Amino acid sequence: MLLINSFLFCGFVCIIAQIILDNTKLTPGHITSLFVVIGAFLDSFSFYDKIIKVVGGGALVPITSFGHSLIHGALAKTHEYGILGILMGMFDLTATGITAAIIFAFLFSLVFKPKN
Amino acid sequence: MYEIKKIGNTKNGDTMKNQKYELIAKDHQAPNPRLKNAIIAFIAGGLVGLLGEGIIELLCYYTHISRSSAGTIMIVILIFVASLSTALGFFDKLVTKFKCGLLIPITGFAHSMTSAALDYRKEGPIYGLGANIFKLAGSVILYGIIAAWFFGMVRFLLGGRI
Repeated sequence: MLLINSFLFCGFVCIIAQIILDNTKLTPGHITSLFVVIGAFLDSFSFYDKIIKVVGGGALVPITSFGHSLIHGALAKTHEYGILGILMGMFDLTATGITAAIIFAFLFSLVFKPKN
Repeated sequence: MYEIKKIGNTKNGDTMKNQKYELIAKDHQAPNPRLKNAIIAFIAGGLVGLLGEGIIELLCYYTHISRSSAGTIMIVILIFVASLSTALGFFDKLVTKFKCGLLIPITGFAHSMTSAALDYRKEGPIYGLGANIFKLAGSVILYGIIAAWFFGMVRFLLGGRI
């Protein structure tokens, strides 16, 4: 069941992005930035957590989950450190993704050459 | 069929050439069917989401780790696959086919970083690779942090905590 929900949710996010891309002058860069902001906004009411419970892994894959994990880590740290926790916990959950992307990008750029 | 535009004399006197070029370019422009694009993006994006959930369930089933750490490993696997296929050169072709279906998942983030790293490496390690690796992915990180900080402050000051 989670598999079907994942398919539907991730496809739904992508189809919205594709419709925006085709019908406006926005570039993919605009759209990904917009979706990150939307993800952060949705989690400020804990709405995205409910989506993850229903959808499972499919909600972690789109770029909206990046915004969600930024704000989620930040708010989780506020339990311990108060308002300073927002600055301390910002990267707690997204650190894996960013670090992995940086390391793989760096290593592959050393090994491979651009094709075109 | 062809609309002939009135173009004033340009300095180099190439009006006819420009007009002709526009007409020919219009004629050869690929049709851009929006409905087909949307359906392709839906299916491709859905398959990536399905793959993510599938990897999580496989990891949970075979290694008995918690669901959250399986999710983290899944993200790393997807980033690795996207980076590797960008470096090998066939991810760009897939992106032109499936468009947002591959750009909106985390694969698009990895793709933008790896392609920037590959393109700017020849300009040197500091002002080429180092300065430009976040050229495309930087906006995602910047606006993500600003939005998360802003909404987090609002949520914190309103008293609600996760």
